[in-house]
Amino acid sequence: MKVVGLDVGSRTVKIVVLEEGRVVEAHREETTARLPEQLRALLSGLEFERLVATGYGRNLARELFGAETLTEIRAHALGVKHLFPEVRSILDIGGQDSKALRLDDSGRVVKFEMNDRCAAGTGRFLEVMAAALGVSLAELAQWALSADQGVNLSALCTVFAESEVVGLIGRGEAPERLARGIVTAIVKRALGLLKRVGAEAPLVFTGGVALNQAVVKGLEEALGFAVLVPEAPQMTGALGAALYGAEERIVGQASGGSPPATARPKASASDRAEGCSLMAPRFSTPR
Amino acid sequence: MDREDLWRALGLDLEAHGALLEALGPLYQEVFLSQENRPEGMGYFDSVVADIHGARVAELLQIRESGRPVVGTFCVFVPKEVIWALGGACVGLCAGVEVATEKVEELLPRNLCPLIKAFFGFKLARLCPYMEVCDFLVGETTCDGKKKAYEIFEAYKPLYVMQVPQRKDEASFTLWLEEIRRFVNHLEEVLGKALSPQKLREAIELINRKRKALARLNRLRFNDPPPISGRDALLIHQLAFFDDPERFSSRLEALCDELEERVKAGEGVCPPGTPRIILSGCPMAIPNWKVTHLVETSGAVVVGEESCVGSRYVGELVAVSETSRKGLLRALAERYFKIDCAIFTPNPERRRHLASMVAQSGAQGVIHYALKFCDPYTVESYLVERESPVPVLRLETDYSPEDREQLRTRIEAFLEMLS
Repeated sequence: MKVVGLDVGSRTVKIVVLEEGRVVEAHREETTARLPEQLRALLSGLEFERLVATGYGRNLARELFGAETLTEIRAHALGVKHLFPEVRSILDIGGQDSKALRLDDSGRVVKFEMNDRCAAGTGRFLEVMAAALGVSLAELAQWALSADQGVNLSALCTVFAESEVVGLIGRGEAPERLARGIVTAIVKRALGLLKRVGAEAPLVFTGGVALNQAVVKGLEEALGFAVLVPEAPQMTGALGAALYGAEERIVGQASGGSPPATARPKASASDRAEGCSLMAPRFSTPR
Repeated sequence: MDREDLWRALGLDLEAHGALLEALGPLYQEVFLSQENRPEGMGYFDSVVADIHGARVAELLQIRESGRPVVGTFCVFVPKEVIWALGGACVGLCAGVEVATEKVEELLPRNLCPLIKAFFGFKLARLCPYMEVCDFLVGETTCDGKKKAYEIFEAYKPLYVMQVPQRKDEASFTLWLEEIRRFVNHLEEVLGKALSPQKLREAIELINRKRKALARLNRLRFNDPPPISGRDALLIHQLAFFDDPERFSSRLEALCDELEERVKAGEGVCPPGTPRIILSGCPMAIPNWKVTHLVETSGAVVVGEESCVGSRYVGELVAVSETSRKGLLRALAERYFKIDCAIFTPNPERRRHLASMVAQSGAQGVIHYALKFCDPYTVESYLVERESPVPVLRLETDYSPEDREQLRTRIEAFLEMLS
């Protein structure tokens, strides 16, 4: 059976195609303002039996293509559980949202927290700060890693923090220390979410911000244990959506009247997507 | 009287008011009229909303013109029985949608509870006929935001403030009983007439009947499948603050008869086994239907509101065994003193009450709804979550639609977690 998992996020759209349980395609592109056209183009030429969508645009995909839907929370839980069967907690920091999840040993979400409506501590926050410093995201991470100490940023709101950073640049503060301060602000925010769900190891970090080594290192230092990062941390939502399609039977979820079907993710080492290196689990650089 | 004339007579801003009512139509269509399997008895309540600023306002204006007082209230602590007993009418005020933000923010801080900002906005923009038809308002000290806002608000409308105590001990009860006596004295002075125990007894029975009918509605919702949606039930609780109590009670009793038939026939608004949610927290004034609507369009059904627009209003009845003025006032004070508002410290009654609602309704989850900047409820949500027998999702939001999709994601994920 061929299943497409689509994660329509605020900054990027991700697609994972599973064929008989193996990842045969994984692709990611920036979200455009003409989302319906973009999604149609993305799916054109693809043949599949089931389409499952997650992310902010999931309901659009349901309207356009009759996709089944699930939330990013559940999708990440399924995707990460598949890659890291031992996982107990997940931190996902995407373009606009950050989430912390705690799972039981069967992979069910038992508690989750999300940031509120503002973009404090998300990928967007990093982007705005990198722009204020005039560097790429990769350089920002390098700067942060090279500083012995960071400045203390008091503002967490993206717009206020930008003003604060601009003010500190004007005072001649070293950009490395600023970069480190920016990373520390994200780490603090993430720790707040993780504490609220009672996060414990093994913890898997997903979303675009997981690519930032400085954030990973900061989290590990604060938590006191290793943080696991998948090879392609942005893809776990789409992977989870595809796995849901491959493993779940849904009865009339879209009608709004009946309950979502009971979910029992059944990931095991044997059905892991070894065919695609993108999906192989990977430990972050040990400290 | 023609509606436009009525609103003009009350000094409303006709143009802005027209725009407000126009915005309500499509929202009502989306949230209520698009539902399937609605009980027939909802027809009456639909008609009340269709003319929400019309017929009832005209009735209240008549009451006022006949020399009887119309009193506006913000809170379930105001002992409305006393107002009815003195021949007056009691009405809730508009506070469920953000209006005239710029004007409000000239007087109030930006970071203040949306409900307080809303009632200010309605007054400053002259958009609430209920506010305008009132002779005076009765405020109460249930939070610092309101308490301090009244000091500014009294420049715009005559206002009487009751002091609600914050502890449930003997001394606080004495204070509260005294506050009720003081309120009665104030009304008697303003109206130039005395409260008769006989009339008070009748008023208590009138309001008890309304609370009984609402309690019956709430019990019927505990059936699986529930015979009425959470949206419709919320609307009924909201209209309880506006409508004529006698007419409201008889229409609601008729609706309950219909719901009983539905239950016997095993008929409901959703399939049996649909996830059941109790909504707990801050009041939801018309047209604040956002969270219930999101829950019920995400595959669950709301089977109870642990809220001032809900169980806190319905609550206990006033004992009418007494005949003396003193005895009746004491019975009244006792009933109101049992309200488990988050303003009380400590407030274990609320958590016990919520646990009992969960048990009776068979709810699988609680959604804790707090208005932004509402300290008593946002702070208390921690204890509510910690002591709840079922999982709790804590939401903090205001009246704006901008966080709808974020809320939807949280609510759907919560429902996935429960399934």
